[in-house]
Amino acid sequence: MGLWSHIVAPGFFQSSAVHNALLAGGVVAVVSGVVGVFTVLRGQSFAGHSFGDISATGGSAAVLLSINPLVGFIGMGVVAAGCMEAIGVRRARGRDVATGIVLGAALGLSALFLYLSSTVNSTTGAATTVLFGSLFTITTATVPVVVACSAGVLVVTLLLYRPLLLSSVGDDIAAARGVPVRMTGAVFLVLMSVAVALSAVTVGAILSTALLIGPAATALRMAKRPGTAMLVAAVTGLVAVWIGCLLAYDSYSWPPAHHGWPVSFFIVALVFVIYLAVDAGRWWHSRRLNAHHAPVES
Amino acid sequence: MAELSARSSVHTGSVEARSSDEAQPAQARPPVLELDGVGVWLSGREILHDVTFALAPGQLAGLIGSNGAGKTTIFRIILGLLTPTSGRVLVGGHPRPRRNRSVGYVPQKIALDPDMPLRSRDLVALGLDGHRFGVPMPSRRRRQLVDDMLDAVDATRFADARVGTLSGGEQQRVLIAHALISRPRLLLLDEPLANLDLRSEHEVVDLLARIAKEQDLAVLISAHDLSPVLPVVDRVVYVAHGRVATGTTDEVATTEVLSRLYGHHVDVIRLHGRILVVAGHGESVDPTLLAQLSRSVATVAAGDDIPAGDDIPAAGDIPAV
Amino acid sequence: MFDAFMVNTWIAATIVAVVAGVVGFFVVLRGSSFAAHAIPNSAFAGAAGASLIGASTIGGLLAFAVAGALGIGWLGRRGRHDVATALAVVVMLALGSLFLSFSTQYAPETFSLLFGEVLGVSSSELGPTAGLGLLAVVAIAVCYRPLLLTSVMPDLAEARGTRSYRIEMAFLVIVAVATSTAVPVVGALLMFSLMIGPPAAARSFTANPPVAILLAVCFALVTVWTAIAVSYVTNWPIGFFVGALGAVFYVVGRVYAGWHSHRIAPTPLQPGLA
Repeated sequence: MGLWSHIVAPGFFQSSAVHNALLAGGVVAVVSGVVGVFTVLRGQSFAGHSFGDISATGGSAAVLLSINPLVGFIGMGVVAAGCMEAIGVRRARGRDVATGIVLGAALGLSALFLYLSSTVNSTTGAATTVLFGSLFTITTATVPVVVACSAGVLVVTLLLYRPLLLSSVGDDIAAARGVPVRMTGAVFLVLMSVAVALSAVTVGAILSTALLIGPAATALRMAKRPGTAMLVAAVTGLVAVWIGCLLAYDSYSWPPAHHGWPVSFFIVALVFVIYLAVDAGRWWHSRRLNAHHAPVES
Repeated sequence: MAELSARSSVHTGSVEARSSDEAQPAQARPPVLELDGVGVWLSGREILHDVTFALAPGQLAGLIGSNGAGKTTIFRIILGLLTPTSGRVLVGGHPRPRRNRSVGYVPQKIALDPDMPLRSRDLVALGLDGHRFGVPMPSRRRRQLVDDMLDAVDATRFADARVGTLSGGEQQRVLIAHALISRPRLLLLDEPLANLDLRSEHEVVDLLARIAKEQDLAVLISAHDLSPVLPVVDRVVYVAHGRVATGTTDEVATTEVLSRLYGHHVDVIRLHGRILVVAGHGESVDPTLLAQLSRSVATVAAGDDIPAGDDIPAAGDIPAV
Repeated sequence: MFDAFMVNTWIAATIVAVVAGVVGFFVVLRGSSFAAHAIPNSAFAGAAGASLIGASTIGGLLAFAVAGALGIGWLGRRGRHDVATALAVVVMLALGSLFLSFSTQYAPETFSLLFGEVLGVSSSELGPTAGLGLLAVVAIAVCYRPLLLTSVMPDLAEARGTRSYRIEMAFLVIVAVATSTAVPVVGALLMFSLMIGPPAAARSFTANPPVAILLAVCFALVTVWTAIAVSYVTNWPIGFFVGALGAVFYVVGRVYAGWHSHRIAPTPLQPGLA
């Protein structure tokens, strides 16, 4: 019993904050993993990350206007997706700059909103909370909404599965086959913004990026089929979130401040370590494979 | 000796100029692809001018021209990705709508990342239904179709490999299978020979010729150079500066025809079964004359008399510009 | 706003704008916008850590910015660049949040580190800021040709013996150094706006690299000076104006480029023309 209580600090399974965290965090991890596979394949990691910061801007606006944060996060994300699509640059590098500009403008707005809300409401801690968020402070009321919206995102992503996959292989063969490439891309951008917004409001902006990109990149290292990749990404994210929650809960008594280490830190650390491990595994595996072949004289 | 029907009406140049040695059925069947007076203006520049040619089922044609000549633009028009400013395009007798799946397309080279989670057979399967919504349901019929197609292009041995790890030639076969599996009537290939080694070139060319005959497809291959496809093409569409000359190889690949097309003197040399187009010195052709020339260019074969008419000058009369 | 105590800010801002224009030109050219955003974020984590252990803020900024840059370069070698950047930024930010959680009295400084602060630069910090800025510009000058070549034609550069990987690493480190000059004044989150908006606009007006760099610097100067002036008057954060003006410059550049390309007269096909 002693060992178990060291691994799982007492009260873990009874705490309702933990329940919310596991459920909401788990759902968000699964959706982020699935959407993340397409995000990475399409080279849109920057956009995915940007949506995290941008929807946090929406969060700051929500604090200022005293409206539901979820509305702020998702609304801002969708507006930004629309802007990015409207700027509509085709070449990859131009798209990069366009994303950066939208992000910069959104961050500037974020600064303004936070400043205004600190003068209006004198809430100085808003910056950290909105940006970094905390999984353990989700209200029980938000959880069903998050779950429902996440399910919606998942359904639409699965609907778009084939056209998205074909577009990711190549724009021209997709167009030749009749896929509306531009529209598919636009819908996916909005989907991504909603998925990331949901994730950011639940686990914070940093973590939303980590859950979107990390597990997907890990899965793509391993999987040969798209379905497998999405499954592996979802499971990896889920595992990282749950174990991260556990570690964060356990850390309540740890130094130096004795109020626990941030859960986002644990989850990011886990995601990163898993990625490195799989990457190292593949590298070692391919070295072993190459070592079996006789060297070619050139 | 080739007999030509040198009709003088405007749009006959490409279709009618056929030798009697060619298969009679091809002449009688309605064309799968027809371009009629197609012109394209983009960003204030004229890209294509009065392009006219047609392809019948079972015919394999080469779209020959250098970069910037207009080959890709012609492909995009046939695929419905670009609307011509003038003229019309008919595929299977119908005007070209976007979602028409009777055209298969094999792009030159796709940049595939090594982490793309698709096996060869998955990419081919997407050729069946990649445009549909939802997740594909596995079915035996689907799997059988994919297996058959992979076998037809001799790609079975790398059917389960990731597409990002395939070599250029292997990737090409998979892309061909992807394009063919939906049973198109017309197959377009964008520079299929550009990045291949010599042996793969031969293999692909033979494969395409075989498929064209077996499946009664019309095939249009774009290339820089006529020589590699020479053994298998029935017709040539030569593109230069947005204008075309079409006909059989013998008709089009001549000094006279190509010189008129390019607007300055080129020599066409045949050597060991290969055709070389060599730019020479020479005066440019007056552009207004070229417009009149290019319509009847394909009716002329080397050594034959140019159709009489006041508006077609003899070679010696072309003024230097 | 031109009182003595503001002088430092104006000087620092000028340095920052020059550095941002010069380095930013290459950021836009190489498509490294994501890295330009990620590295300042890493810098922020360093500042948090530095304040925790009582070390110099600029030192912490620089150390973590460079660490982030090296991380991006190393991870990017083994996988996609944008994935590497995303991973690096989240790891650094997670560390930052860890450090923040250890200390309890950090909130106001967080804000100014992230979004800029008009009075953010003390006299003692001016020296190091100028030094680092000079270092960044000189490094760009030294690497100018290999940077151009590897950005525009990577294969050709490899053939000539320039190692793309080394240049990429060097460039990321330069961005890190540039970042650490700017964070105290314009803030971590908006430094990258300076490195993207003005240079992207400059590129719309000219394709000549030295002229484009000069133009980028000019636009950046206008941005920063305006931001400081208006921020001083309204008390709104500098970062907001930097972000907004960066976007304005970008849009102006796009509009100009679009208008310019439509002014070409229609040209029909003529034989003999390529």
